[in-house]
This record gives sequence, structure tokens and C-alpha cells, in this order.
Amino acid sequence: MSTGGGASADAGANGFAVEIMGLHKWFGELHVLDDINLRVARGERIVICGPSGSGKSTLLRCINRIEEFQRGDIVVDGLALTNDPKRIDAVRREVGMVFQQFNLFPHLTVLENCTLAPIHVRGIAKDRAEHTAMQFLNKVKIPEQAKKYPNQLSGGQQQRVAIARALCMSPKLMMFDEPTSALDPEMVKEVLDTMFELAEDGMTMLVVTHEMTFARQVANRIVFMDAGQILEINVPGQFFAAPQHERTKLFLSQILK
Amino acid sequence: MTAIDRSVSAAALGSDEIAYVRAAPAAFVPPPPMIIGIRGWIRARLFGSVTSGVLTILIAVLLVWVVPRLVEFLLIDAVWSGADREACLPSPTQPEVGACWAFIHERLAYLIYGSYPIAERWRVDLFFAMLAFGTAWLLWLEAPRRDVGAAYFFAVLPIASFLLLHGFAPLGLEPIDTALWGGAMVTVVVAAVGIVVSLPIGIVLALGRRSQMPAVRLLSVLFIEFVRGVPLITVLFMASVMLPLFLPDTWSPDKLMRALVGVALFSSAYMAEVVRAGLQSIPKGQYEAAHALGLGYWQALRLVILPQALKVTIPNIVNTFIALFKDTTLVFFVGIFDFLKTIEAAGADPKWATPVTSATGYVFAAMVYFVCCYAMSGYARRIEARLSAGEKR
Repeated sequence: MSTGGGASADAGANGFAVEIMGLHKWFGELHVLDDINLRVARGERIVICGPSGSGKSTLLRCINRIEEFQRGDIVVDGLALTNDPKRIDAVRREVGMVFQQFNLFPHLTVLENCTLAPIHVRGIAKDRAEHTAMQFLNKVKIPEQAKKYPNQLSGGQQQRVAIARALCMSPKLMMFDEPTSALDPEMVKEVLDTMFELAEDGMTMLVVTHEMTFARQVANRIVFMDAGQILEINVPGQFFAAPQHERTKLFLSQILK
Repeated sequence: MTAIDRSVSAAALGSDEIAYVRAAPAAFVPPPPMIIGIRGWIRARLFGSVTSGVLTILIAVLLVWVVPRLVEFLLIDAVWSGADREACLPSPTQPEVGACWAFIHERLAYLIYGSYPIAERWRVDLFFAMLAFGTAWLLWLEAPRRDVGAAYFFAVLPIASFLLLHGFAPLGLEPIDTALWGGAMVTVVVAAVGIVVSLPIGIVLALGRRSQMPAVRLLSVLFIEFVRGVPLITVLFMASVMLPLFLPDTWSPDKLMRALVGVALFSSAYMAEVVRAGLQSIPKGQYEAAHALGLGYWQALRLVILPQALKVTIPNIVNTFIALFKDTTLVFFVGIFDFLKTIEAAGADPKWATPVTSATGYVFAAMVYFVCCYAMSGYARRIEARLSAGEKR
């Protein structure tokens, strides 16, 4: 991977939250990400969709380097991702991630889940971290659950805690990896509502989801992926009304019935 | 495609079965008497089938045969007081002699402290108290500041115990040679050293075995598999015979120290496998979430992974400790006077030479080991039940 301080300085100046250039990733022989190029402006909301196994989640996971990649460059908020663990941690501090399976820490209370990283990564004093955490728990509308443990909460509540936990690190970018796929239908809405609000606040968001209503209403652009490649990037109106790529048309015809 | 016939034969069903709404909740009905109460229990558990009925009767016969003899020996014919062997010999007034508890009573101090100087035995008592305090702090999951408790147990306690038991001139604690140590205190010291040393080393080995670095992994695997592939008694002999060869002459560790090293190595290898199982039970998502929040490898391990892994491992850790506690009896082969060995030595004393002395000694030893191990396994069972009931994910 090429890095260089010059490149990152430029990226910082031109206001991109994320720049992905010529990204390739292989799982053994399998080419899971094939020449991905994507630039996400600050404050932009991008929805990534596509059939399962198309590499959507892997792409997100490369951006905070939970997955390694073999070729290409990723610059997050002006910081180029290298193999340097310090740099990786620096990037992760700026990127919040919400997982399909919530991945809350079951041995910690909701409040402790939210303050763990601020205290131990950012070095924020405990009472201040708790104060911030309560603000965000208020924002996701579950301040009364702060003292409970994750497994005492419903799936929708857990996912909202996960969102609050990520927000507590004041990330520059929020990534959502199929945040509603593991939820009972009755709970999808409360999580989507939280994400709507976040979008209204101007948060930069990268969302992998099958919720096309959400994509239509919130996304600035929609990215369609298949077989590790980006096949189409379009604004929602165009994407749904007049998809360009054949594969997109097929996908939309399957999913929008 | 042909249209599906959705019509239901109303004539066959009756009108309220086609569309139905419950108007009032169904009434609560108690279970039939067959499955509840004592008779239900006996029927289901003891005589559920022909096989279980036969087993129930056989076991009842066995108990009727064994229990009265046991009670007779341990309680009815037992001798409770006396100054020497005379009390426990058959005589015209007591033709049948059971357990000679007078012997245990008289030698109890020896069984606990060995030949530790009588004036200094308060040091052993203090050690027992400190150990009990630390153990309770660790085992009680709701205790406050368990991190401090762990630091106390794994750092303060070992050093303090060493200075206390072995002696530390600046504090006025006169050195006491380990050759004088014996009895239950040695058993407790060996077992405690085993657990205190094996847990941290076991964690490191378990992490090493899961490491991405081939050299670290290879070393961990070699150590674990080598030690686990050899009986404890062999490890003990190796430690007591070979250890001096590796160390400078001036060091020449004493006998007890050598045995402790052997026990620590042995239990570390077992603990490593127990901890590894715990680590493997933690879903990958936990690592990912920790890393996504910016926690580094060691932070994620310390704050997220190990607290969960060790908690689910508690029952297995305790089980390993039970095995270790019983295995400590093997140190007597390398010349250490542990609890069992002091019982044997006390039984060989001519002052108490009677036909029942050594039987009494072994019964007493069995009872002590049983009570300790049963308490531990009871604790492990309770934790296990709690983990499976309350903390399901």
C-alpha cells in the first residue's frame, strides 16, 4: 500500500470523509473486492446494497481495518490506512461501527458499554464519559436502561445501545452493517428512526442495508455491488426509477416486489 | 396455473371453526396427581422402568449393608478421648474398637503444622486467614472491587505468604527451614502456589497457542503438550532432580521449592487448555466490536475478552483445581511432608500403635479431602447453573 504524508494532507483538505482507491481483497483464491473506487464527502449518506456475498460488508470492514486488504488505498478523514497498528487504531477512533449482531459486551452494563472506549481509548474521565453516554442514550431513547445488562434488552433496544456506544466516541463517520437484519420485524422501525435522526444531524453515514425505503429517503447516493465490484452508483431517484446496469435492474425487480 | 380452491366445507366444520376469536382466556387446570407429589416422584424417578426399579433395589441393599457398619466404626464403637494407644486397644470393657479419634485429636496440631515451631505457628494461622480472605473475595462474583481482589490474590498474597511462612529477618520473622514444614499447611501451600501461578501462566500459554506468530504458537504448543503428556509424578521427579542441574550451585533451591516448580509447571499446562476453551467460546464479534471502538489488542483482551472467557471458565478452573488439590499428595514421593504423609507418619508412632490407628488416619484424610473437594465442586456447580440460567446470549 502506498501512503505518504502528502496524499493524506490533500485528502484532509478536500473534505472527503473516506476515499477508497483501487481496493482489492482476496480471501485465499476468492477475489472478494475487485477494484473498488469510492469517495464519500463529509456529511454524505451512502447506502450500499446488493445481493448477499457481493462484498458489501467486507468493504465496510476494510474501512476500519477489521479486515485486511491486499491492494489499494483507503484514506479516512485524511488518515491513510497503513499496516501500522497505531495508525489503524487512530482510524478506528474516528469510525463508528454498528454490527448486524449488535456485538454489545454482555459482561458490562449498557452504560459501561458506552463508556468503555471513551475512558480507555480517549482517556476521558469516568464521570464526563458517563455524562456523554447518558446524552446519547437519551438520544436513542433508552436512558432508563443504562444500568441493565445487554441481554435484558430487546433486539431493537440492543441495537440502539450499539449506536449510542459508537456515537460516544464522537466518530467522524458511522458505518452500519445490516443493522436491522437480525431484528424482529416489530423492532426494525425503532432502529431506522434512530438512524433517520442521525442523518438529520448531518452525520456522515455508510449503510449496508436491504431497507430500500430507508435508502430512498435518506441516502444521497446508492452504491450497488455484485461479485466484489461496484456496478452502479446513483442518486436514489435515478437508482430506483431508471437503474442503468442490467444487474441492478434484476436486483431491484427481485427486492421491490 | 389453476386457481386454488379456498372454500371450506362449512357443513363438515360448523360455522365457528372457520373463523374463531377467543372471547375469554382459557382456565388454569392443575396437573394430574400422577406427576406431582412424593408418590409421583417415586414412581417417575425410582421405578420408572424395570431397569431402574432393579437398580433402585440393588442400591438400597448395598446401602443397608454398608451404612450400619460405617456408622458402627466411625461413631458407635469409636474412641473419642484418651492419651495414648491404651485407649484404643480392645479390652474386656470394649471388645470392639472402632475409629480411634483420640489419636487424631492428640496429633491434630502435627497434622496441620508438621514440625513448624510451636511458637511460630501463629504465622501459619495468619497465612490461612489471608488465603481464605483472598479466596472468598475472588469466588464471590458480586464482591466489590474484584480487580483489587485479584491483585491481592495474585501479587500481594504470594509475596506476603512467602515472607510470613519462610521468614523475613527485617520484620523479626525468624527463618524457618522448609524441612520443618508439614501437614495440611504444606498441602495448602502447594495447592495455592499451583493455582496462583498456573492461572496467569495458563492465560499467557493459551494466548500464545492462539497467537498469529508461529514461533510463539510453537513454543506454547510444545510446552503444553509436553507437560500434559507426562504424569505429574514424572514432572515432580524431573523438577527435584533436574532443576538443580540448570541453576547455579549457590542457588540450590530447597526440596519444597523444587516440588512447587513442578506442580506449577504441570498445572499451568492444564490451565492453559481450560482457558483456551474459554477464549474459544467468545464470539468473533466481541473482538471486532472492541477493535472497531479503537481498543488495542491488550486492551480488548483485558477489558472485553478475558472477563467473559474467565467467567465461563470458572467451573472448569475449579475442576482443575480439585484435581490439583488431590494430586498434591504426590509430592510426598519427592520427600515433602504433606497432609497425607503426616497422617502416615503419625500413625507409625509407637505411642499410638493399635490395629485401628492407620485406618482411622486414612478415614480422616479421606474426609478432609472429600469435604474440600465437595465444597469446590459445589461452588463450580452453582456458578455453572447461574451461567447457564442467567447469562444466555
